[in-house]
Amino acid sequence: MTLTSKLLRSAAAVALAAAVGAGAVAAEAATLRWSYQGDATTMDPHGLNETFTLGFQGNIYEPLVGYDKDLKLTPMLAERWENPEPNKWVFHLRKDVTFHNGNPFTADDVIFSWQRSLTEGSDMKGYGAKAEAVNKIDDHTVEVVTKSPNPILPREWVFLYMMDKEWSEANNTTEATNVKGSNQGNHANLHANGTGPFMLAERQPDVKTTLKRFADYWDKGIATNVTDVVFTPVTQPATRVAALLSGEMDVIQPVPVQDWDRLEKAPGVKPLTGAEARSIFIGMDQDRDELKYSSVKGKNPFKDARVREAVVRAVDVKAIDEKIMRGAAEPLGSLLAGPINGFDASFGTPYEPDPEKSKKLLAEAGYPNGFTVTLDCPNDRYVNDEKVCQAVAGMLARVGIKVDLLAQTKGKYFGKVLAQAGYDTSMYLLGWTPSSIDAHNSLLNLAACRNKDTQAGLFNLGGYCNPKVDELTHKVGSETDQAKRNAMIKEAFEIVRDDYGYLPLHAQPLSWGVREGVEVVQRADDVLDLRSAVVK
Amino acid sequence: MPDLRLSARLRAAADSDLWYSFRTSPVTIVSALTTLVLVAAALAAPVIAPHNPFDLASLNIMNAGLPPVWDAGGEAAFPLGTDDQGRDVLSAILYGARISLLVGFASVVFSVVLGVGLGLVSGYVGGRVDAVIMRIADVQLSFPAILIALLIDGVARGLLPHDMHGEVALYVLVFAIGISGWVQYARTVRGAAMVESRKEYVQAARIIGIGPMTILWRHILPNVMGPVLVIATIHLAIAIITEATLSFLGVGVPPTTPSLGTLIRIGNDYLFSGEWWITIFPGIVLVLLVLSVNLLGDWLRDALNPKLR
Repeated sequence: MTLTSKLLRSAAAVALAAAVGAGAVAAEAATLRWSYQGDATTMDPHGLNETFTLGFQGNIYEPLVGYDKDLKLTPMLAERWENPEPNKWVFHLRKDVTFHNGNPFTADDVIFSWQRSLTEGSDMKGYGAKAEAVNKIDDHTVEVVTKSPNPILPREWVFLYMMDKEWSEANNTTEATNVKGSNQGNHANLHANGTGPFMLAERQPDVKTTLKRFADYWDKGIATNVTDVVFTPVTQPATRVAALLSGEMDVIQPVPVQDWDRLEKAPGVKPLTGAEARSIFIGMDQDRDELKYSSVKGKNPFKDARVREAVVRAVDVKAIDEKIMRGAAEPLGSLLAGPINGFDASFGTPYEPDPEKSKKLLAEAGYPNGFTVTLDCPNDRYVNDEKVCQAVAGMLARVGIKVDLLAQTKGKYFGKVLAQAGYDTSMYLLGWTPSSIDAHNSLLNLAACRNKDTQAGLFNLGGYCNPKVDELTHKVGSETDQAKRNAMIKEAFEIVRDDYGYLPLHAQPLSWGVREGVEVVQRADDVLDLRSAVVK
Repeated sequence: MPDLRLSARLRAAADSDLWYSFRTSPVTIVSALTTLVLVAAALAAPVIAPHNPFDLASLNIMNAGLPPVWDAGGEAAFPLGTDDQGRDVLSAILYGARISLLVGFASVVFSVVLGVGLGLVSGYVGGRVDAVIMRIADVQLSFPAILIALLIDGVARGLLPHDMHGEVALYVLVFAIGISGWVQYARTVRGAAMVESRKEYVQAARIIGIGPMTILWRHILPNVMGPVLVIATIHLAIAIITEATLSFLGVGVPPTTPSLGTLIRIGNDYLFSGEWWITIFPGIVLVLLVLSVNLLGDWLRDALNPKLR
């Protein structure tokens, strides 16, 4: 026996041992090549409250209670939870969970993660603020005290991920990364140490991120056979579709709606579509006394409800759905999409477009010649987002409102319009999926008055404010009677509608492209949970 | 007697070698005609285009995605179809070609002025000035032109606030493309100027006390313009392509005033969905324009090259 063959044999033996050790996982090694239109903006679980970023991180980090494929609650790091008193929740943690670096997961990590979510740069303050205190009962039991009765706290915390206290302290990352970019050097922005089934292997922002299977993952029952994940953001929709068609990618998100037919006809790939829980809408700055980006000086036209109505009446939502979204979206007249708890059929009726009335309203409000305003828009976040913004700009131009479109990549976009950047926008396009799949989340984040102390209205980027909506939001938050609750939700959204607080556009469709032989579960919140991904 | 002089000049031109070589080359005639038609169409865009694609208010989204008129579903009002926003493709091409040509010509002029100026000084003065200018040229030659243009454009984008960027984007683009092309002129002119400045007529001029500026301008410059003209023609094609590339990459002219490159980029998103006309037609126009300008440049080079006569 030569030395080489000896080496080969022992190598094979080692590999075999490793395969046996890791069970079924390594026996059929599989790589999933996955592309999205933008990058997961940060690896910091408290850096950005954006569904894609959080969904991506959800393969590395985990919450106490998570979602299953139907967005029903399922135990994650907490195996049980109960609500012994209206203001108190108790979570019983799993005992066999370790972080990727081998540290055990305990109650201290829960308390630390909650505290970290409330630090300066965090975009998850709205979640953290749900609790007044998180107390340790023992190493594997925590008690969460809320300010007011909160019947849906576990649902509201599904994206509040748990970090390792020891790791965070050792790497000096006890504060969240600010999406505005002031502390991008934060260790957790580029590194990760979670409890999830995948470990971060390589991170090159905007270029490539690779994940490796975590052999000691606590849940041995997950369906996936994927051992390696190569994630590549591809901004150009045509390039992304071409990559899927050529077999270079296994899953792409999203497929531009105009390419659905093409994927249906092409061999070896298929479009995976459905109704998404996300609503897309345009917001206007109604808070500042003077718009930051407008030709109007000394006053804010959007403070005048007539101007807001003029904006709303100028835009033909159904035409945008028909032409830009190819009829694949659901036009909306409210901020809530169909699959959300609390949705009322009336929310699906858009405002009646009436450009003539728009012009009249503008003249009445003192802008007979219109005005100029900058519209902030992401170009790699929502389905056909930039095209939707262009269409809105065209429609507004017809009534005299000249829109200066600033469409940029979502990292820059969010870094401009969100609270951490001081809501630096005059008009913006945003999409919202209430992470709890419940209307209260939308009311609280989008329609309630902005309040630094309670973190209400955190994503109300335009500062819409009506005390009546605030009051209803508060009541909805603690009401347990479903019928009464839904009636209040409806009332609140009707007030927002009558105030012309927002210009709702549509509920966008889920639009994925998948190579045949790859099985993934498409969740209504557009999250790809790799626990379910099977590659053949 | 200006009339006589003009006709005499015309006759001289008709007898010249240049005109002869033009007359006898069908390829050159075709490319000259193509260039002429495209330039004329672009210049006359506001008059001949059926719509004004820059006027957002005139767009109707319900016209989006219409095929060319000869395809099923096409409409006579939009001969080459419409794009995703309901913009008439033909009008967009006419206006787009205008911007492409404008940026092309302006950046070539910029390059010529800069390159010829520096080349003359370099060749005539010599010594340290020459060394400094030529080392700068060497450094720049080691980068691809597109990279330099990207760099300048990127820096300008970072420095200027967004609302200002829209207005100055064209100037930035002209500057970026112009800067990336001056070296060729400088090198050629420097060599020619060095040769000329040692000739007797220049020395004679110097002896009778004519200043260096006058010598450069009146005596040397006319004698080095031949090669510059050739480079400028070929450079025009390169400048148009560079502009299209930058716009295709999304860093050129703003999307609200699309150039040919921007149109190709917009249409690119729809290639897979079968809406080929949005990207193919601007592509054809770009190819025609660049090809014919290039062929003209080739002809000019051959015609002015004494060795090929």
